[in-house]
Amino acid sequence: MVSWPILSLVTFLPLVGAFFILIIRGDEEVVARNARFVALWTTAITFAISLLLWTNFDYTTADFQFVEKHDWLGGIASYHLGVDGISMLFIILTTLLMPACILASWTSITVRVKEYMIAFLVLETLMIGVFCALDLVLFYLFFEGGLIPMFLIIGVWGGAQRVYASFKFFLYTLLGSVLMLLAIMAMYWAAGTTDITVLLTHPFAAEVQTWLWLAFFASFAVKMPMWPVHTWLPDAHVQAPTAGSVILAGILLKMGGYGFLRFSLPMFPIASDMFAPMVFALSVIAIIYTSLVALAQTDMKKLIAYSSVAHMGFVTMGIFAINMQGVQGGLFQMISHGFISGALFLCVGVIYDRMHTREIAAYGGLVQRMPFYAAAFMLFTMANVALPGTSGFVGEFLVIIGVFAVNTWIAILAATGVILSAAYALYLYWRVIFGELEKDSLKSIADANRREIMTLVPLIALVVFFGVYPSPILDVTAVSVENLLSNANAAIEAHHTAGAPASVARLN
Amino acid sequence: MIPDLAPALPEIILAVGAMVLLMLGVFRKDGDAGLISAAALLLFAITAAAVLLAPMTAAITFGGSFIADPFARFVKILILLGAAATMFMGVSWMRTDNLSRFEYPVLLVLATLGMFMMVSANGLIALYVGIELQSLALYVVAAFKRDSLRSSEAGLKYFVLGALSSGMLLYGASLIYGFAGTVTYAQLGVVLADGPPIGVVFGLVFFMAGLAFKMSAVPFHMWTPDVYEGAPTPATAFLAAAPKVAAVAMTIRVLMEAFPGAFAEWQQIVFFMAVASTLLGAFAAIGQSNIKRLMAYSSIGHIGFMLIGLAAGTQQGVTGVLIYLVIYLAMTVGTFACILAMRRPEGPVETIDDLAGLSRNQPLLAFVLAMLMFSLAGIPPLAGFFAKYYVFLSAIEAGLYVLAVIGVLASVVGAYYYLRIVKVMYFDEPAAPFVHPVAGDVRLVLTAAGIFVLFFFVYPAPVINGAARAAGSLF
Repeated sequence: MVSWPILSLVTFLPLVGAFFILIIRGDEEVVARNARFVALWTTAITFAISLLLWTNFDYTTADFQFVEKHDWLGGIASYHLGVDGISMLFIILTTLLMPACILASWTSITVRVKEYMIAFLVLETLMIGVFCALDLVLFYLFFEGGLIPMFLIIGVWGGAQRVYASFKFFLYTLLGSVLMLLAIMAMYWAAGTTDITVLLTHPFAAEVQTWLWLAFFASFAVKMPMWPVHTWLPDAHVQAPTAGSVILAGILLKMGGYGFLRFSLPMFPIASDMFAPMVFALSVIAIIYTSLVALAQTDMKKLIAYSSVAHMGFVTMGIFAINMQGVQGGLFQMISHGFISGALFLCVGVIYDRMHTREIAAYGGLVQRMPFYAAAFMLFTMANVALPGTSGFVGEFLVIIGVFAVNTWIAILAATGVILSAAYALYLYWRVIFGELEKDSLKSIADANRREIMTLVPLIALVVFFGVYPSPILDVTAVSVENLLSNANAAIEAHHTAGAPASVARLN
Repeated sequence: MIPDLAPALPEIILAVGAMVLLMLGVFRKDGDAGLISAAALLLFAITAAAVLLAPMTAAITFGGSFIADPFARFVKILILLGAAATMFMGVSWMRTDNLSRFEYPVLLVLATLGMFMMVSANGLIALYVGIELQSLALYVVAAFKRDSLRSSEAGLKYFVLGALSSGMLLYGASLIYGFAGTVTYAQLGVVLADGPPIGVVFGLVFFMAGLAFKMSAVPFHMWTPDVYEGAPTPATAFLAAAPKVAAVAMTIRVLMEAFPGAFAEWQQIVFFMAVASTLLGAFAAIGQSNIKRLMAYSSIGHIGFMLIGLAAGTQQGVTGVLIYLVIYLAMTVGTFACILAMRRPEGPVETIDDLAGLSRNQPLLAFVLAMLMFSLAGIPPLAGFFAKYYVFLSAIEAGLYVLAVIGVLASVVGAYYYLRIVKVMYFDEPAAPFVHPVAGDVRLVLTAAGIFVLFFFVYPAPVINGAARAAGSLF
């Protein structure tokens, strides 16, 4: 344990960096260079400090750690921060991906560099805040606040259709979230507080849970995104600059899964149990349907975007299996997908920076001139396919085990998704990397440079390390997940013994 | 017998001050309003001191038709802030457009006095006097650019429709008096405690039509876009800020003090107006290309959100509406300060497309306007979010789930057109730049409003506690 407010420091340090960038003066070239360096150093230092969270983390308790609490908003809400096993790793994931994003934008962003770096640092603060807020209003503030910088990132530095994509992203997400806001208010009147630690133990009536669950679901399902409200994601991914895609896929999507685990499951266990079949159905559709859609894509980023939707299907499925393997698998899948999808978008960014096209047909035979790149891309493709030995495997395997215990058919259908993902991922790899290097435009393409290697190597190491040895992650989450599940299952049991019909998922 | 004048001291100061300013203006030969404006601001400051130094308890005078209580105090300070800010930031604009005549600040002071009366009225007659004083001054202000066809049209339209609404209000008030036998709020509250007779219900409907007109709530909103667009921009800014605060505050007082017994009756009306205003404000603004017209629809939408809090009819609801008023005032004043800054060498411009690429030409102005737009859309952590949070919180408490859901969905639709302005400023290619630098008075107001909106969340306690105390004096 540390005695100083480490969470506030990690959360707001990027804002300090943003402030320094704001006061940089001089001609455009100098400002751009300084802004890049300040952003890189800020994110690197934030990452280093956030690691202290892990080294000081107490593995034996499910309680919130590093807690800070102050009054705010005239008593209606409080400034309450803290982490447990579920949220801690997301903070590290965020701080880890940020330096990679800054490096990925080093040369590809040439206009308005200062504003770009400020937007990213503000976004980092808001994302970290989401994962350590222990008050619903504070959570909502960070959750929704993130829309503003992301909207600008897509809209100002995005591709040709950026305006459409940014509006769709903003309005879709806002629409889901405002319903959650009403649910937050209803919870305030029901429980008399918006403090998450209190709400976690507050028994909401079963019928109230249903409505609250649906309202939260509206928000998180859009954010996740689940089929059929996923359509904003391919647009946003394709149009966003590389680093924007990395953050979208790596962190913003995880907020949905985090929300399910932090709110839906522990606060509304009865409703979660009741709606689990629906979530399974949507997840299976997401896995199979979006995998097929991915197979038909001609745009690399769009393909990876659809693959993200499919992989998030595993996460929702695992979480709502409401057992140890499923939830642990879902959590692990989120962390690992954060590395993998982030890395895949970085890989696309590498060749996009050289050729300025994302069309798969414009490439082919890259292995001839880019051996390192081909190897790195291969590894991440394999991880995306969930090849044993990569971190992608651990998550999906655990999820399928967890779901298998609940419903065999769902597990079998989910397993077909693994095959489909192999199909589209390998097909993509084959078209881009293998074959003869025939196109004239590619004849002089250069392999990854030092900066790009520096960005990718840590991710390669992590994907392989956690694929072979997943315990560091699973140990962090174990106690918290166990506690969550025992509480949730106790509530579900109590509800069932009180005479309510058991859910369909549980009967099978 | 002379009534106790002490509770009405701020009003007396304003009234006497307005006369003095008028005399001063007439006897000074040069037509410039600079000095009179400065004197008017000083007058506002003295009035604010009188409001603040008055005792915190409720005081009733003039035979029960005038009240000074914490609620009035809170709202009056708001009105003074809004009036002073909008008057101050218009000075250089009016001067550049050759509109700087001494009548303008005097009219604004008189309108402010009318608003004070509306807020402090404790009877239907006093209320009417306040409304008329305010409205007559504002009709002239709207038509102040008399050689402009649009401005004259705006003033005339405002006057004709305003007269009609005053008639309805008066008719309703006389019906209420006829069936209840009294005009003071307190006695009305007692007489109608067990539910109103049918005649009072009829009267209430007409009466509320008049109030809705002053607030520009649907279906009595038609004048708003035309008047906003036609009036000179500083006058529009004034119209959009303080009078809205006064209108909403007088509605709160009359409904909570005089008609708590008719809650079931007026709640339906407020409910309908809230739904209609939020939806119309959200959808009708989408097609607008003139930013002043857009702000008119935006203000209709915001009135709808405030009515959601009023529909709850609880102390929590009134607190929410008061918080909303504070934040609405800051956002409106800030946005109009930005609109005042939209000026090319050939004159002021007011279409949204003129803002194209503003983030390259004037990054700071674009940033402030973008934050104001996000705030108007209700995106956290900006102030506008908290405004909506508190009214919806009270709606949920009162069990008005349908109203709350319609409200938040309308706010998502509304977000679209606020985003459009951000899009034009940040995503589009730059248009011809505005006159640079922005006038000092506009810049000052803009900075203050921007800081308030951006950093409200850091220390919101004074506003929230103040609103809660003010609302408490009505219950």
